[in-house]
Amino acid sequence: MNPLLNTGAAPVATPFFFYLLAGAAILSGLLVITRRNAVHSALALIVTLLSVSGLYLMLYAPFVAGVQIIVYAGGIMVLFLFVIMLVNIERVSKERQFNRIWPVGLAASCALLAVFLAAFTKGKDLFHDRPITLPESTNTQQIAGYLYGEAGRIGQYTFAFEIASLLLLVAILGAVIMTKKKI
Amino acid sequence: MVPITTMHYLVVAASLFVLGVVGVLTRRNVVIILMSIELILNAVNLNLVAFSRMWGNLHGQLFAIFIVVDAAAEAAIGLGILIAFFRNKETINVDEIDLLKW
Repeated sequence: MNPLLNTGAAPVATPFFFYLLAGAAILSGLLVITRRNAVHSALALIVTLLSVSGLYLMLYAPFVAGVQIIVYAGGIMVLFLFVIMLVNIERVSKERQFNRIWPVGLAASCALLAVFLAAFTKGKDLFHDRPITLPESTNTQQIAGYLYGEAGRIGQYTFAFEIASLLLLVAILGAVIMTKKKI
Repeated sequence: MVPITTMHYLVVAASLFVLGVVGVLTRRNVVIILMSIELILNAVNLNLVAFSRMWGNLHGQLFAIFIVVDAAAEAAIGLGILIAFFRNKETINVDEIDLLKW
């Protein structure tokens, strides 16, 4: 029997792919916040979302990767593109793109990055280096067990799941009412 | 090549988070600010899934799914506000939205 079959997706999850996906995510994230045209930003954001979805696959989370592609890249980004087309981008793209206090914002963000990196270098020992391989083939089934319950009992997150559906309902109603011409 | 550890994912997520914060703090276009918020939420999701792998249970992945739901609600509401505002004031620059700033 082929020994590779027992190790799940380990042969694919090489360091090369990690650096490729991480580089694509960060580079296109940089494009998102620097482009003049909002449509270009949206397309760069789609590349970021797909790269992050690939990183989820490398972390043995196939269901979250699928949700990321379907909901984010397929749903939310289409919403963004619709709204970009509805508002007037011709005029906005000819104006100044950054606000007057952008050096302050940039300095504050650099300070935040420094805080993150300091915390990561100081607390390196807290993040142990022997990741437990999650069973990838039953990932979706186990998540469904948590969300819907299994073996006749409700799951640990069933109530939170119902609340999330209520949140989505409220968001839909709010969006519809706010975009009406006359309330 | 060194094997990929949890720390690598945390550094990628921190970079994405800071990129999103830069976008929120420096851009004028509301649509791009909302996209930067999506970047921030993605960075948090990446952290959660990486920790889920590190501890070997699925709670991080479940939180990531709930955050995706939250991001969808936030995008719908934010873009609804944006359309209502654009209809009234004909602008989508945040520094011209200053009616409450006195």
